[in-house]
Amino acid sequence: MNKHLLDVDRLTIGFPNVDNVLNHVVRDVSLHIEPGARIGVVGESGCGKSTLAYAMLGMIRGTGVRVHGSITYDGAQLFEMTPAELQRLRGVGIALVPQNAGQSLAPHHTVYQQIAEVLDIHHHMQSDAAWHRVVQLLGEMRLRNPEQVARRYPHQLSGGQQQRVALAMALAAKPSVLVLDEPTTGLDVTTQAQLLALLQELTNDTQMAIVLVSHDLGVIAHTCQQVVVMYAGEVVETGETERVFRQPYHPYTRGLIAAMPQLSADGLPQAMMGQMNTSVNRAQCVFRERCDFAQSDCATPPPLRFVEDARAVRCHHWQDVSARSNRATESPIVLEELRTDDVAPILELRHVSATYQQPSWRWWMRATPNLVVSQVDISLAQGQTCAVVGESGSGKSTLARVITGLHQPADGEVYLAQSLLPTIATRRSDEQRRRIQLVFQNPDLSLNPRHTVAELLYRPQAVFFGRSRAEAQSHSITMLERMRLDEQYLSRFPQQLSGGEKQRVAIARAFLAEPDVVVCDEVVSALDVSVQAALLSLLVEIQQLRKTAYLFIAHDLAVVRAIAHTVVVLFAGHVCESGSTKHVFANPHHPYTMELLRAVLTIPPRVLQTRGEHSVEKTPHTTGGCAFQSRCPIAIHQCTHIVPPWQKASEHHSYRCHHPSDVLIQLRSQLSLPTTEE
Amino acid sequence: MVLFVFRRLITSLVTVLVVAAMIFVATEVLPGDVATAVLGREATPKRLASLRAQLQLDRPAPERYREWLFAFVQGDWGHSLARPHIEIRPLVIERLRNTLWLSGIAGVLGVAISLLLGIYAGLHRNKWFDTIVSTISLIGMSLPEFVIGSLLMLLFGVVWALLPAVTIVQPQATLLDLLPSMILPALTLIIVMVAYILRMVRSSVIDVTQSEYVQMAYLKGVPHRRVVWQHIIPNALIPTINAIALTVAWLIGGVVVVETVFNFPGIGRLLTSAVSDRDLPLVQALGLVGAFFYIGTNMIADLMTLWLTPRLRTQYWQNAHEN
Amino acid sequence: MLMRISVFKWAQRISLSAWIGIVLLTMHLVMAACATWLAPYVPTAIDTNNMYQSPSMLHVFGTDRYGRDILSRVIYGGQFALFISMVSAVLSVMIGSIIGVIAAYVGGFFDEVTMRVIDAIISIPGILLLLVIVTGLGTGTSVIIFAMVLSYMPGVVRVIRATAQEYVTRDFILAARLRGERVKNIVWVELMPNIRDVLLVEFAMRASWIVLSVSGLSFLGFGVNPPTPDWGLMINENRSVLVLSPWGTIFPMIAVATLVVSLNLVSDEVAKMFGIDRGVRR
Repeated sequence: MNKHLLDVDRLTIGFPNVDNVLNHVVRDVSLHIEPGARIGVVGESGCGKSTLAYAMLGMIRGTGVRVHGSITYDGAQLFEMTPAELQRLRGVGIALVPQNAGQSLAPHHTVYQQIAEVLDIHHHMQSDAAWHRVVQLLGEMRLRNPEQVARRYPHQLSGGQQQRVALAMALAAKPSVLVLDEPTTGLDVTTQAQLLALLQELTNDTQMAIVLVSHDLGVIAHTCQQVVVMYAGEVVETGETERVFRQPYHPYTRGLIAAMPQLSADGLPQAMMGQMNTSVNRAQCVFRERCDFAQSDCATPPPLRFVEDARAVRCHHWQDVSARSNRATESPIVLEELRTDDVAPILELRHVSATYQQPSWRWWMRATPNLVVSQVDISLAQGQTCAVVGESGSGKSTLARVITGLHQPADGEVYLAQSLLPTIATRRSDEQRRRIQLVFQNPDLSLNPRHTVAELLYRPQAVFFGRSRAEAQSHSITMLERMRLDEQYLSRFPQQLSGGEKQRVAIARAFLAEPDVVVCDEVVSALDVSVQAALLSLLVEIQQLRKTAYLFIAHDLAVVRAIAHTVVVLFAGHVCESGSTKHVFANPHHPYTMELLRAVLTIPPRVLQTRGEHSVEKTPHTTGGCAFQSRCPIAIHQCTHIVPPWQKASEHHSYRCHHPSDVLIQLRSQLSLPTTEE
Repeated sequence: MVLFVFRRLITSLVTVLVVAAMIFVATEVLPGDVATAVLGREATPKRLASLRAQLQLDRPAPERYREWLFAFVQGDWGHSLARPHIEIRPLVIERLRNTLWLSGIAGVLGVAISLLLGIYAGLHRNKWFDTIVSTISLIGMSLPEFVIGSLLMLLFGVVWALLPAVTIVQPQATLLDLLPSMILPALTLIIVMVAYILRMVRSSVIDVTQSEYVQMAYLKGVPHRRVVWQHIIPNALIPTINAIALTVAWLIGGVVVVETVFNFPGIGRLLTSAVSDRDLPLVQALGLVGAFFYIGTNMIADLMTLWLTPRLRTQYWQNAHEN
Repeated sequence: MLMRISVFKWAQRISLSAWIGIVLLTMHLVMAACATWLAPYVPTAIDTNNMYQSPSMLHVFGTDRYGRDILSRVIYGGQFALFISMVSAVLSVMIGSIIGVIAAYVGGFFDEVTMRVIDAIISIPGILLLLVIVTGLGTGTSVIIFAMVLSYMPGVVRVIRATAQEYVTRDFILAARLRGERVKNIVWVELMPNIRDVLLVEFAMRASWIVLSVSGLSFLGFGVNPPTPDWGLMINENRSVLVLSPWGTIFPMIAVATLVVSLNLVSDEVAKMFGIDRGVRR
């Protein structure tokens, strides 16, 4: 066996379940990591990728855990080390960037103290030398004012800054292997793109090996040369990233890629059958029950076979899979055409502004209202979808609250089918409330954990139609079946359902009110890609059946491209650009839209450009002029004091900018935007 | 920061006022004739009338409350009802000295012991030491103070006769004379106190040990000893401050029983006898003194927590500077 | 079928310590409820021929200074403490949860005022509050219950308000308000089922503390009046003859201790079962 930097050899990790049967979280995984290698580990939640990442640092937690196999670093076996030896290795040999930097940074220590601790332990560097090194490291992380950041506590930093600090901490002792566990999950798309670009820049010419664990194929494609696809704790495919994603050999890899919404193509992403179970049958191929290619011989589990140079796959029928093109079958559901005829809109927002009063802890001070949504106009036709996109803090969720009457707007009106709606939900009639339904982002919060599905689905029917439980049941069953759930689900509680199932119940509840408008607030963003794809298809299917209009709030542009007819781009509460999705994405005019599009991680990957940190909350609140001025690469003097005028790019596409379109088109040609067909 | 301290002082003051009002209401305003309550049902009409005049019960309650409070603040705590020649303030201050020594010794030792045991048990969760300590603390929590006190008295005072079982020295005795009589009451207080704080410290240590940032400290290669001393212990102690403050509240109540058990001349025993005698002014004064100490401790605990928690500290600091 | 399996598993999952608690608690409840049939003698019957007897076949726990049978007095002695604590605990939790839920749901000024008053009551150390009330109102069952509720209810308000607040901001409450559900429905159908567990834990915890307080009051002489049998009172009465005849002190001590231990064990288990962190709250 030739010597590698880090060797994971036939690693198996299992936890006993309630009935004391061993449940394998990682099974028979082997990885060989050379200096300078960049390896991506990809798979959906529950596939064992995080357990694998922590095992690489010699940390396996849990009661009754059983481990087989070995991890060897530089000739030494991790699981045979004494605790003290392991501590000497961690940080220097192998370092970790955790998923949630906000919780992983110690709340009672400053950024300096935490990074200096690493320097002190591993390099015995203290006081002045340590301070300079910390500031230097933070500077390398492209943090503005590194000295100030060093003196701060973690809670005083934004999510992007925290993640940069965590990265600096991991790199402080110059480790040979860097393990990153979902390093960008939970960050805004633009912040994510910058962080990945930074990571590339920092590691380009070092001998440091990188293991990046992510559920996001785009992140892997942009960072790693090699990819390991995991399913149910097993490696199902591995190889060069570019080749694997271009032509997958395993049906699961193929399914993952097909489920990823694409900016470049029309149509909905395709979902895989079924879902991953916590206890899979390991006597057969673990993917058999969800596989389109499964045959009788799949009853015996396939071995991981090397089929080409550095390419292995765990499938009996990989040749069949590779022979089929990536997107062989078109999705059966196609989005309806954008309605261009002048029909009256079902929902209309006119000049809506909203403020938030910051609760003040001192009662004698009046709180200053904070403008979060400013002069927003949206018009939505029956049976159509309008997407609202923007980063966190752009005011898109406030917009949802204004429409549903949970938040009183400071200014402007909301019309439902031409009639003015009272601003507050309690003043609206039952009928008005019924016609606008809201689906929340997180079903764990929006479904009462103590109610069965039957009760959850009964409540709106009781309120809006006065149905009895018996009458409601048949309606509930019909709706559940429409959501591809069956009657048995009626007696279950939310915690007995998977994330995708919960969200389907939440959608079923909204549709049982027979609404005209459904406001979807980030309904798919917390879900795995394959589950997300399934949910998007369901949403479109029921929309076409019921002619329901969606106001679809999202941050993922590819999802928006797949589902929305029109799009409204929101920055700090201001609309930058709006119009038909196809036009806006193919032909963006506003610099912010371009920035968002540039940050989308496509497959195949594009070059990401490093730039300094920025975030919405750090943007000084502009009292006049363009809201985007401080982040705009082409801001001119006018932008600081004159509100930019609306300009038309085409019949169904307008934007707000001082620049003439040729300047903007020139800017666009300089940026490497993903190509989209019009 | 300064503003916050100021605000916290104000709320404490308001709380003291509200508590004073409640003590006043409970003792003088609640339904039933106070004079009858004090003197009993067999009292002669004449004595009732004279007591009513003495307490000025015919005057409106708010007015009486105001006067009582003002007099109290100015140091005029009045005379005992049961023994009219005794002035309350010197009496209370003399007994308070004894009680403060008793509870001070018990408090310091008790907190120290419970921190040591709690941290050790929390760090070695589910090991034999933890199991033993947790079991004993559960029993300690379940035994009333008077049971523990009586048992100790039986063992040390009677069976082995090492220490005075009950206090026989005078209340005015010097500290040195009082010390031997203080050991058993202090021990009783310590046992019950340790049972409570230890549980809190232990669970706090376990919480912090399981936090992501402690896991992260291990993952960046910090040696175990350093993780324990620099990450786990400091963070685990912050929530403990409030538990300690809560226990001070208990100490104030606990001394009442313990002092009665050991006949120790502190404010606790004074209170029980005052309650038995229906000595209203004395009960009011003791109630206020007790509440004052408790509210003060709580305030200090809050301020310490604020000072030691960066998130809170910087939040108030920033707010103060932004406006 | 499924039901039976789950009950069986549930029973299996209860820890040994909790089983000890359940057995002890049941014993105490049976003892208090069936005292008339269980006690061998009338607890107040004076027998001057048999004073200060040590345990024997005739008097299993011995006799006290009036020759009263200690076993009978111990059996009867829990009635008062148990009755008072159960009634007070039920009332504290009921009143406390109503106030807590309303404060959390209504919020604003009402919440602010309620919580200030609650803070003030909590600022009076427990025994002090009890003694102050006893001074003003005298002793008696209803006064003691009133005092117990007043001193233990504020803690319930705090806990329940905090729990309710956590749920009031959840999206499912917003969803109910968007549907236009009545306040009554939101509280009873949406909110209450989520608070149930915390209520049960609070009840079990308060009950054990109240038992401690009630026996403490009796010990100080502010509980029931002699010659009614009561553990706290018995310990106080027989303490002076601890050396001569320890039986009158030791047996009631064991009785109080086992009752509180059992309540603590049971409430610990209930808390663990519902995944509620049971810190030391008062």
